Amino acid sequence: MTDQTAPDPAPGLDPAEEYRPPRNQWLDVWDQFKTHKGALIGLGFFVFIILGVTLGPFLWTIDATYIDIRARNQGPSLAHPFGTDQLGRDTLARMIAGGQTSIAVGLTAMALALFLGTLIGVVAGFSKKLDGPLMRFTDLFLALPLLPLLLVIIMLFRDRLRAAFGPEEGIFILIVVVIGITSWMNTARIVRGDVLALKEREFVLAARSIGTPARRMVTRHILPNVLSPIMVSATLGIANAIITESALSFLGLGFPSDFPTWGRLLFDATDWLQQYPERVLWPGLAISLTVLSVNYIGDGLRDALDPRIRGR
Amino acid sequence: MNLKHTLLGAAAAMALVPVTAHGAAHEGPRGRDGDVKIIYWQAPSIMNPYLSGGTKELEAASLVIEPLARYNEKGDLVPWLAESVPTVENGGVNADGTQITWVLKEGLVWSDGTPVTSEDVKFSWEYCTAEGGGCAQAEKYLDVTAVDTPDARTVVVNFGVGKPFPYGPFVGAQAPIIQKAQFADCLGPKAPECTDANFSPIGTGPFTVTEFRPNDVITLAANENYRDEGKPAFATVTFKGGGDATAAGRSVLETGEFDYAWNLQLAPDVIGAMEAAGKGKVVADFGTSVERIMINFTDVNPDLGDERGTAAHPHPFLTDIAVRRALSMAIDRALLTEIGYGPAGTPTCNVLPAPAAYASTANDGCLVQDIAGANALLDEAGWMPGADGVRAKDGVRLSVLYQTSTNAVRQDYQALIKQWWSEIGVETELRNINASVFFGSDPGSPDTFQKFFADVEMYTNNFDGTDPEAYMANWTCDQAPRPETQWQGNNMPRYCDAAYDALSAQMATTSGIDARAALAKQMNDMLMQNYVMLPLTHRGRVAAHSNTLGGVIMNVWDSELWNIADWYRIDG
Repeated sequence: MTDQTAPDPAPGLDPAEEYRPPRNQWLDVWDQFKTHKGALIGLGFFVFIILGVTLGPFLWTIDATYIDIRARNQGPSLAHPFGTDQLGRDTLARMIAGGQTSIAVGLTAMALALFLGTLIGVVAGFSKKLDGPLMRFTDLFLALPLLPLLLVIIMLFRDRLRAAFGPEEGIFILIVVVIGITSWMNTARIVRGDVLALKEREFVLAARSIGTPARRMVTRHILPNVLSPIMVSATLGIANAIITESALSFLGLGFPSDFPTWGRLLFDATDWLQQYPERVLWPGLAISLTVLSVNYIGDGLRDALDPRIRGR
Repeated sequence: MNLKHTLLGAAAAMALVPVTAHGAAHEGPRGRDGDVKIIYWQAPSIMNPYLSGGTKELEAASLVIEPLARYNEKGDLVPWLAESVPTVENGGVNADGTQITWVLKEGLVWSDGTPVTSEDVKFSWEYCTAEGGGCAQAEKYLDVTAVDTPDARTVVVNFGVGKPFPYGPFVGAQAPIIQKAQFADCLGPKAPECTDANFSPIGTGPFTVTEFRPNDVITLAANENYRDEGKPAFATVTFKGGGDATAAGRSVLETGEFDYAWNLQLAPDVIGAMEAAGKGKVVADFGTSVERIMINFTDVNPDLGDERGTAAHPHPFLTDIAVRRALSMAIDRALLTEIGYGPAGTPTCNVLPAPAAYASTANDGCLVQDIAGANALLDEAGWMPGADGVRAKDGVRLSVLYQTSTNAVRQDYQALIKQWWSEIGVETELRNINASVFFGSDPGSPDTFQKFFADVEMYTNNFDGTDPEAYMANWTCDQAPRPETQWQGNNMPRYCDAAYDALSAQMATTSGIDARAALAKQMNDMLMQNYVMLPLTHRGRVAAHSNTLGGVIMNVWDSELWNIADWYRIDG
């Protein structure tokens, strides 16, 4: 019957919908993210790697540096699922220990690069006065060749850091800082570009007209809106840092030679490429798959964080 | 006197030369066998051994420039540009050893066709000892006061002191004869500026440089004026530098791209698998190379600034002989050698392992690993394990930084030794440094083996020829690298003992092979029993050559390419 008019302001909508609390933006992002198969698989693999290297040592208790000379050059077996190396060290244990370092370097260096890049990008985009100098500074860093710079820095600061923090932590700090301060430039440029565009938008003008101070303007209005490029460059940054660390270890620099990282395992295995190809395979696969998965996550995040793509 | 030994050698060599010269009846016109390809995985940067201490430069240069006499594969002296090796018996060396007279072969010409004269020989000495020159081979000309040239073929070398072994100057690949006409304007500080001369010296050797690309490829062509008819068999040499030992080994043994590869320091399984491919042969011979751990007697704490690593500050715990001895006892040398070198190495307890007459047997106890004994020794000396398992005394922890060059075999050694040392309560931190930096001798770099800013370091050293006098003099007080010497010198441990210096001085004036051998052994034992260094492996020199390359005779006493004039192609 028609007299039974429901107080329906928007006909066609489900009543339940109307009373539902506003949906969290991150749930939308997740819904969109889920539609990207590659990103989902990538995320699954990345979580697996992180769990593997953090919880792995509790399940697989062989010491990665323990030498059992009688068990050298063994193929995969129950006692050593990934086999052993030329000194009888367990490859699985070394993969886990190496992954811890490689992933830790990747995440921390990424965080540092992100912080520097965002800071410089936002300041440059927001302040006319500092824009020029900061961008020239960025250009300067882009022009520096990374590997020679790394070699010089390692030579200059190694002994002091080693004395202050010990051999492994000292090198860890050094490598993280070096990778961090040499890979923030792309983030800074992208962020600056976005900030410049956002600055002229109406909602910023409105916020300015009601007297929002610059600091709050950045934190409330600008930063949330440049989150999407930052997230994407973050994921790419992890991949980049893992590869740089591997390259350093592969060159025989960086961490002490008995301190496993994926790059170091790869380096050690190249001599044995023909006799024991699996020794190159495991660290090589781990590096490639981790970097690939992180890149897919970044790809998925970019789609998911862009409101114009989301929902299509 | 060692001369007797040398004379025998010379006699043997005279008999030997014709055999190698026409080895297996491979004769024919010069340049009949086309191109021979040699790979050195460390690339030569100069063709003048007087300006470089590196083996790679020395050996590359030995294709072009030659000494008066050199060592053959048995370690005996053979005449090269000289007619014969002078001895006391043939009147070439005077009775007190202050004068040696060389006579050049008749009709020698440089590759540009001009005659080789005694003036050129004299000039080579002047070149190396010129003021402000920084000659890398200066020790070869030690104590030379004058070089006289009575006629165009005769050279008389005068020494300031009696030399029991006068075969330093103009002998071996380190002290070749260079052309006076070419280098006359390159004396002293100007030496490094003569790029053309340094890159393509005019020589007497079987080949001449056609193109020299530093740190890359050298192309050489047969010397048209070479003294032996029908030699060399090869028309050209392509001398490729760079890469790594694995790639070099593979290019000869597996793919056959190259004919000869030098210094293959590879694990035995790796090189064995390569050889199994059947394209080439591995050749090895034992010289005097010993892989050893050097122990630093000075404190290298960075807080000491400029006095870091100098005798002013003794090391906090390595100056205790009990610690050094325990470090030695904990090492299983046989196992290390088996894993790292296989048949190309033997475990040793001597830093002077060869020639046999000089090798001591007094220290062979170190061949047996004794972890329990080492622990007991440290307990007795008052080094007690702390909560973290690392021994300490009066707040000084036994924690060592152990450095070496980057090489898979060395890193395996490091890992094994670290584990053994941890079993005796010594904490070890490993460091590996790129070989070209580590052995680079750059006084500006903190990472060179001379600066030795670590507690212990590992590398291989040897000496050329068969006489150990100069080698054993490496560990006298004044050989210690320090800021005043621009960090040059060979006494890496900075060991300093007046008694040792006295023995070294005595050896310089002692003649007679038995007396010299006794002295050398005594000096070796003194170093070993004070644990100044811990010898690990007596290493053979390993090279590989293609199955189609004939005439290769491995020589550990001189340049490996010493007899390239006799190399030939085997048709296959």
